Amino acid sequence: MSNKVPTLQLSGLELLEITPETNFVNIGERTNVTGSRKFLRLIEAGDFETAVEVAREQVEGGAQIIDINMDEGLIDGIHAMTTFLNLIAAEPDIARVPVMIDSSKWEIIEAGLQVAQGKSVVNSISLKEGEDIFKQLANKIMQYGAAVVVMAFDENGQADTLERRVEICQRSYNILVDEVGFPPQDIIFDPNIFPVATGMEEHRRNALDFFLATKWIRQNLPYASVSGGVSNVSFSFRGNNTVREAMHAAFLYHGIQHGMNMGIVNPSLLEVYDEIPKDLLTYVEDVLLDRRADATERLLDFAESVKGTSKEGTQQKDLWRELALQERITHSLIKGIDAYIETDVEEARLQVARPLEVIEGHLMHGMNIVGDLFGEGKMFLPQVVKSARVMKKAVAYLQPFIEAEKDNDNQSAGKVLMATVKGDVHDIGKNIVSVVLACNNFEIIDLGVMVPPEKILEAAVAHQVDVIGLSGLITPSLDEMVFVAQEMERQHIQIPLLIGGATTSKAHTAVKIAPISNNPVIHVNDASRAVTVVSNLLSAEQSDNYISGIRTEYHDFRNKFLQRSERKQYLSLSAARSNALQLDWENYKPTRPKNLGKYSMTEFPLDRLVPFIDWTPFFRSWDLHGKYPDILNDKVVGSQATELFADAQAMLEKIIDEKWLEARARWGIFPANSQGDDILIYDPEQPERQVASWLTLRQQLQKKAGQPNLALADFVAPTTVGYHDYCGAFCVTTGFGTAEKAAAFEAENDDYSSIMVKALADRLAEAFAEYLHQAVRQNFWGYAVDEDLSNEELILEKYKGIRPAPGYPACPDHLEKETLWELLAVEETIGVRLTESLAMWPAASVSGYYFAHPKAQYFGLGKITEDQLEDYSHRRNISLSQARKWLSPNLATD
Amino acid sequence: MSQIETLLKERILVLDGAMGTMIQAYDFKEADFRAKRFKDHPVPLQGNNDLLTLTQPEAIKSIHAKYFEAGADIVETNTFSSTSIGMADYEMEDWVYELNYEAAKIAKEVAKDFTAKEPHKPRFVAGSIGPTNRTASMSPDVNDPGFRAVTFQDLVTAYKEQVEGLIAGGADILLVETVFDTLNAKAALFAIHELKQQNNWNHPIMVSGTITDASGRTLSGQTVEAFTVSVSHIPLMSIGFNCALGADQLYPYLKRLSDLTPFATSAHPNAGLPNAFGAYDQTAEEMRDLVQKYLEDTLVNIVGGCCGTTPDHIRLIAEAAAKCKPRPFYQEAHV
Repeated sequence: MSNKVPTLQLSGLELLEITPETNFVNIGERTNVTGSRKFLRLIEAGDFETAVEVAREQVEGGAQIIDINMDEGLIDGIHAMTTFLNLIAAEPDIARVPVMIDSSKWEIIEAGLQVAQGKSVVNSISLKEGEDIFKQLANKIMQYGAAVVVMAFDENGQADTLERRVEICQRSYNILVDEVGFPPQDIIFDPNIFPVATGMEEHRRNALDFFLATKWIRQNLPYASVSGGVSNVSFSFRGNNTVREAMHAAFLYHGIQHGMNMGIVNPSLLEVYDEIPKDLLTYVEDVLLDRRADATERLLDFAESVKGTSKEGTQQKDLWRELALQERITHSLIKGIDAYIETDVEEARLQVARPLEVIEGHLMHGMNIVGDLFGEGKMFLPQVVKSARVMKKAVAYLQPFIEAEKDNDNQSAGKVLMATVKGDVHDIGKNIVSVVLACNNFEIIDLGVMVPPEKILEAAVAHQVDVIGLSGLITPSLDEMVFVAQEMERQHIQIPLLIGGATTSKAHTAVKIAPISNNPVIHVNDASRAVTVVSNLLSAEQSDNYISGIRTEYHDFRNKFLQRSERKQYLSLSAARSNALQLDWENYKPTRPKNLGKYSMTEFPLDRLVPFIDWTPFFRSWDLHGKYPDILNDKVVGSQATELFADAQAMLEKIIDEKWLEARARWGIFPANSQGDDILIYDPEQPERQVASWLTLRQQLQKKAGQPNLALADFVAPTTVGYHDYCGAFCVTTGFGTAEKAAAFEAENDDYSSIMVKALADRLAEAFAEYLHQAVRQNFWGYAVDEDLSNEELILEKYKGIRPAPGYPACPDHLEKETLWELLAVEETIGVRLTESLAMWPAASVSGYYFAHPKAQYFGLGKITEDQLEDYSHRRNISLSQARKWLSPNLATD
Repeated sequence: MSQIETLLKERILVLDGAMGTMIQAYDFKEADFRAKRFKDHPVPLQGNNDLLTLTQPEAIKSIHAKYFEAGADIVETNTFSSTSIGMADYEMEDWVYELNYEAAKIAKEVAKDFTAKEPHKPRFVAGSIGPTNRTASMSPDVNDPGFRAVTFQDLVTAYKEQVEGLIAGGADILLVETVFDTLNAKAALFAIHELKQQNNWNHPIMVSGTITDASGRTLSGQTVEAFTVSVSHIPLMSIGFNCALGADQLYPYLKRLSDLTPFATSAHPNAGLPNAFGAYDQTAEEMRDLVQKYLEDTLVNIVGGCCGTTPDHIRLIAEAAAKCKPRPFYQEAHV
């Protein structure tokens, strides 16, 4: 319960309460077009983005309220006020403070009040145009829920004596409180701060009368506050900041003593009261308090002697800013600082004959050091990507100058075409490699994702690239890469080919791609190796040696690999089936799912997923290897991992707060029975009706005695047992929004953030899969209601039942996704679709099955032989060659 | 001071529970939502729960009656989404006044019956004023943070129409609830204030915000304190929280609110947090035990339930509330 005295309470996203104990509330004044030329310029130019930064600096600098004023003849004040307030509302670190809506025009004030959710302050109203308007506006302000600044101004003009100040404030207060019903604590008086020491006799008491009026208001007008614009007082000392700073400090000191509890102060023009030299303080206070007839003359004389020793400009700068130009540029590049790079690059540009020299000289010098440090393991990938961001910004700055020179003499180290192949949407790795190569002065032609082979080859020829890099994550992409290599042969295109991406391997490259190509084909799965490989390929001296070395290496590797795989023994399909896992179905009683049928969720709160994130793969996607959280303290990569992790947390917070991504899920649980290696899925409403059949594949590798040859169908009760078992399927995504956000970052040359948002989206999708699986186990299906596992235990898959995903080791058959999509109507309900290679789009998606049997376990299918391939093609009702295409990575005979 | 405000000083008043949860049990299909009257309406109407006031009034009345029977002093009208903005999805903007008028009217009829039977326990109707499905202080487009899908003026216009219908139908109280964007609530209060001044109405106002998650903030980012301060410029009968959280998660925020506000306080939490599938598992006993803590610590003057609560929940809450003293509060809602 609250029955304390009324206090002025304002709010942005947070509360600002001004109690009798509050010493002084500082109002920021830089977001005022009448007070700040910079802000005026920004608003006039429509550069609201930078204008918002001005507000941010104010709040970061300690402003507890920000005054916003758009009163300028050439500005559409209503539009500017609305736009600006709407924009800062989207910035929680600005919007946390209340706003002071400052205008002499009521329409602008009202427009501001209509977009501010917090309790704001209106600055200002007065009796200038009479009581009727005054009351009318006060009433409206009350209805909008704002506090108000009342100027000491009436029909006869501005109050300039103590008596007039008292008279007008008293009258205003009485009207507001007694007639309008305005809460007295929501009234803030501005009893006019006027300049002192102007030389005019009538200005001598300007400060003193303000102090006395303040004191009178605070004693006689209960709960009202007093505010004012402090810098006015020193108006006659413009250009002499020493005196101004002292005067502001002394004015504030006395103002606060007299009860001034709010004010507009420029903190960069403010001395600490105790630091004011005693003699100066005496002269200043003589003026402010009107203690001597000659106070003004004495201060003016003294002012002459202290001119130009202002504290402005002596603010400490970062020491590295004092270094020579090249060192500053190098420093910015190594540290990834982009604040000064344009200034420094401009300085460099003015020193050289052609702007390109800045790139080739200053910037490349810095980037070479970055490259060396990276090569020596002294810098890590996230840092290099940040360096690249600075580099890109510098180059973007120079671009217009270079264009203007019409200089076609591009001295890049070589051109590299990068593409994620047709049907595949994964590009984090590809982007990292692109960035690292670009840092090393290679020109990158990035064709993006899902690029068909003809487009790759067409672009390669058109741009005369030196190297083609192909990337892919899902297994069908392997075939796409083979196909690209075949096409290159057919079209006699002679360009070295780099192969990379999570499913690619040296084995696949050596066995499947290298033999069919006359071009050098090299598997590069590590961004840090990409530079060496491409440099070697393009080096005039080393190229031939390097290529023949690679050929020999891959040849040997291929032979070894083929020999090794030949030694393995496979069972025939029928023998493997006879050795299937036999579970005790007679004594098994499946848990009847609490909820059968199909369900969706959209806009699932992302913050609920955070505890489920497995961070280890996140670091791996940045080439930082080690287990989370140990990696944060790793001797070699620990500090990098920690920094990356901090950046990730910061972005994750934004992703959640600003809802960059949308989490959606679709899942279903159905009656099911196995029949051979198939799993038959039934309609929950009419369990006799079969709605789908899932085709599973069986391990054929000869096992040790007593070990079964597994297929997923083994985990489901067979049709012969006479009861229904159950299976589930799901698709989750956190990918909606990722592409737009990544593109926006790329447009700002910020690859680091672009990669980051994708990597985080991937993590969230995996976390969502984990979350949903848990929810299904514990509640929705409810076969493990008593489960209580930590996140670590979840990562270690200690739960009962499994959620294998089509395209992964237990069921490498991507075609199963089509079955799931149809069964669950995934695309129709949550919008995740399948590409021609059956990759999920958006990429940050996970799909799979649910099996509940306690003995269900994850396993790898391994290789299968021709007999199963043929059997499968019949079950799937596709041609043998189609079956071969989809299952080729798993064929033993191939 | 109105009758209800006098009662508020004497005892803890009980608000009803979820309307949606009760409607679900009827399992109405498209044809039931339409009834004869809207059989040719051009867009699907299933899910437009507010429409049931016109097409299944007996069901709505029976729900109100069940809550009064369970011990509620106040029931909310079935008008959570009955604004021209909320009805736009169903192309039912033209029926907004009628939806509000009828909803208040049938609730009032039920209330009168109960008051006649039990004159010592008068029953009241609160006109439910939801947040609409648009936010005035947030952009729905992350790439365009300055954009707004609805303006203050749009909201004022829409709320005025709703409030006029509610008052004409006989609502005793106006309840601006589930406030996730304070600016929307301010628009509702602006509309109410204008209508009150024009018509000399004297209906008490309740405001109930929604803390959306464990960050302790509204969806639009305000803390409990900032929210409270932002809506306290109009004399309120009560301020409180509802929805999104269960009674236990809501406790700390209710405590902070209670410490801060001079008005009476209200809470109508959900029956716990939804499980992964959007259903509420908290039983009436569990919820009663949690609400008991509010009562023991004298944090509330009005208590009820939101999503997932049923007459059983309200019955136990009402029994508990009857045994406890109301929270003392300082300011009366004077007009």
